[in-house]
Amino acid sequence: MTEPTIYELSSPDRTGFLFQEPNVPASPLPKDLLRDDLPFPEMSEIDVIRHFTRLSQLNYCIDVGFYPLGSCTMKYNPRINEEMARLPGFAMSHPLQPIETVQGNLALMYQLQEWLKEVSGFVGITLQPAAGAHGEFVGGLIMRAYHRSRNDLKRTKVLVPDSAHGTNPATSSMSGFDVINVPSDERGNIDLEKLKEICDDCVAGLMLTNPNTLGLFEEHLKEVIDIIHQKGGLVYGDGANFNALLGIIKPGEIGFDIMHFNLHKTFSTPHGGGGPGSGPVAVAAPLIDFLPSPVVGIVEAGDEETPPLYGFINPTQSIGRMKAFYGHFGVLVRAFTYIAMQGADGLRNIAENAVLNANYLKHLLGDTYSIPFNRNCMHEFVAEGFWDDAPGVHALDVAKRMMDYGVHPPTNYFPLIVKEALMIEPTETESKQELEKFADIMKKIAQEAHSDPELLHNAPHNTPLGRLDEVKAAKELVLCCWIPPEE
Amino acid sequence: MFTPHTDAERKEMLTALGLNSIEELFSDVPQQFRFPALDLPKGMNEMFVREYVEGFSQANISTKEFICFLGAGAYDHYIPSAVDSILRRGEFFTAYTPYQPEISQGTLQTIFEFQTLICNLTSLEASNASHYDGATAAAEACITAYSHFHGKRKKILLSSAINPQYREVVHTYLSGIQDIAIETILDDQNSLPDPFAIEGSIDENTALVMVQYPDFFGRIYDFSNLIEKSHQKGALVCLIVNPIALGLLKTPGEMGADIAVGEGQPLGIPLSFGGPYLGFIAARKELVRKLSGRLVGETVDKDGKRGYVLTLTAREQHIRREKATSNICSNQGLMALAATVYMSLLGKTGMRQVSNLCYQNAHYAAQKIAQLDGFKVLTPEPFFHEIVIQCPTSVEHINHHLLEEGILGGYALESVYPDLKNCMLLAFTEKTNKEVIDVLCDILKESDHD
Repeated sequence: MTEPTIYELSSPDRTGFLFQEPNVPASPLPKDLLRDDLPFPEMSEIDVIRHFTRLSQLNYCIDVGFYPLGSCTMKYNPRINEEMARLPGFAMSHPLQPIETVQGNLALMYQLQEWLKEVSGFVGITLQPAAGAHGEFVGGLIMRAYHRSRNDLKRTKVLVPDSAHGTNPATSSMSGFDVINVPSDERGNIDLEKLKEICDDCVAGLMLTNPNTLGLFEEHLKEVIDIIHQKGGLVYGDGANFNALLGIIKPGEIGFDIMHFNLHKTFSTPHGGGGPGSGPVAVAAPLIDFLPSPVVGIVEAGDEETPPLYGFINPTQSIGRMKAFYGHFGVLVRAFTYIAMQGADGLRNIAENAVLNANYLKHLLGDTYSIPFNRNCMHEFVAEGFWDDAPGVHALDVAKRMMDYGVHPPTNYFPLIVKEALMIEPTETESKQELEKFADIMKKIAQEAHSDPELLHNAPHNTPLGRLDEVKAAKELVLCCWIPPEE
Repeated sequence: MFTPHTDAERKEMLTALGLNSIEELFSDVPQQFRFPALDLPKGMNEMFVREYVEGFSQANISTKEFICFLGAGAYDHYIPSAVDSILRRGEFFTAYTPYQPEISQGTLQTIFEFQTLICNLTSLEASNASHYDGATAAAEACITAYSHFHGKRKKILLSSAINPQYREVVHTYLSGIQDIAIETILDDQNSLPDPFAIEGSIDENTALVMVQYPDFFGRIYDFSNLIEKSHQKGALVCLIVNPIALGLLKTPGEMGADIAVGEGQPLGIPLSFGGPYLGFIAARKELVRKLSGRLVGETVDKDGKRGYVLTLTAREQHIRREKATSNICSNQGLMALAATVYMSLLGKTGMRQVSNLCYQNAHYAAQKIAQLDGFKVLTPEPFFHEIVIQCPTSVEHINHHLLEEGILGGYALESVYPDLKNCMLLAFTEKTNKEVIDVLCDILKESDHD
């Protein structure tokens, strides 16, 4: 089942949208500045709708079924969020309107800032970062700016545990730091002794994901933070896994200095096939002045009769602007709607159910799959996708076979510290029945791995396409369906 | 609401785990920090939250009721209904990044088609799957150029006629690279900054020359000569472009540019108070391995059927970690989908039409405004769809007046270009036709007499 491309569907002189003729007197076009042909497809509206509808049907998605992709928090995306983001007052407001005309937007952003600070225990925040990795970059630059403001120029290193997301080391190096890996111990925690050895006064900070990518809460969290602080470093919290901590702990209270949120994970905004995300960054008091500019604040205090005037404020030692305008506002509206619906009890209920679901699923699979670092997990856990008595079967085969049973595979081959890793995050929005159904599928596949390994090697069988040739894609590198032949 | 378990089911699950209460699952969390109170308003159901959130929306003035002449990086274009109808499909918006190609061909083929359209729009050979916005795409282009020369060329030249927000983002993005120098050349400004003022600064240490087209003041130039001179010194050249302008205008590729970046918001994406938008980047084929972000390539499946996968992933953070070309992880998938649907719908004819409408409306407005007493049009011919006008009084005063008449006036340039006193930047699109331009001019005329 292959869908033709828009260029294959094109037919000369068709168009899918009719513009009016200009009703102003014609001005001549700048002859020397006109392009040659515009090699675009020509389609009617129905061609376009059918093409993209058919394409959509080749996608798996949360709306169709279980999507236990570890560290991605593929929870249900409430429909009310979508409607709220599309309200004309939001969707049709221009970012450079006078602030008096966008008080609704600014009040919403201000309120969201307050709520996110409250759930995380920090005192300053920016909503500007466009995604988690963008938020990490903000965090890295804040670390840098903070140490430099104190004329502490020797701090060239950032510590990153070996279980960290790949964005952590990449971010650190983009922010101008050398990356030093920190090993994990046999319980999946940071190796405290090693950390003490490595940490010196050249360390700018530590990037810590907690719960970590094994789904485990760092058992010596306070000690880890204290070790870094004693040497004058900062502790950055990767909030990718914050879903497990809502109402459970406030990272700012235990000593984290900086943390990013992933609104597209924890706060139910859709992943959109790869974006847009949103990655607000919260900071402790000594770092407020370094936040990217601008942040939303009250520029004129209100009183009993008049509401305050919201506007933009540039932090005094800001690292600068990270993107045009103020952030992914449309995503912020969705997250705001979600938090407003949950309240304090709802948020804690989310974390509790997410953690319960992960532990329950781990329990259901524990007899069939080997689970290293097996203790109470938080929102996710990592299983091994191989068996000594089924040689030749790999995590990839297990993952591909799952598609045949109509579920999305877990994240595989990550974290790197587990062999043949299958990283499973069920989220709180899945029912007990759905988890049990998934566990049955996983067990069935484990049986097949032993009885009919070829079935797994050749999987998937029931999907629109079979396994794709990635080597060919990289070698031949065809990145466009059609470009005009060279003359 | 969104958590299905009943109390009975929770209990069954806990029993299976050998636990009495859900709190026991959190024993690793240090006790003195465990279960903090959250000071948040009580949760609301959907009916109440709708009313609550609508209250914020209604506290705004929007382009739904008001005529908009604001541009400066975000443009008020009409969005065909088909675009949002596709965007609302759960198969697209509730899917993740297409790591499993067998069940993600919808997203992958869409990105592949997006890449093709961006290449054909810019006349360049390689486009990625998108960046956060135009400004971050510009910053990524600088990093691409810097790494293309392995850090041996240390100078990035920015025209002072580039959107000031973009320049700020470039500075922030590159602030982690110790030895890089970013120069913005300012000439003696009589009126508008000269985009060619950077020409004298191009040398053998220059990695990238970056200009904007149309520039921040709406002007359009043929940069072919500047590009040739840059190439003579071995430097790369990047044009920041407006995609709608390229419906009509000479392309970066035709001028010989190495990289083109831009803001895709005008391609069917709502203004939405500044985001989410869509950054695009296209480059000559030789640079493809230095591009950051995701790339989709064509291949076949095991039965020889055509399909698409994420490719050249070895450049990316999840493989290369600290050696990656960028830390970028997501793209703007859904926004790229919007732009792909928009460009497919308009096609060859529609893209030219919308481009021409913007051009014609702006030129009509410029002629009319030039005739008003006290007003001066500073943007010279040729220009595309934005103009700088100098007003007889402050921009704030004039915009206040316009607002009372249901119009969102132009962007006050003085805040970012202090020499441009009383100057505003006005943008024109297919929505600002003759009638509304005439209204604008009538009010401008009156506002002078207050």
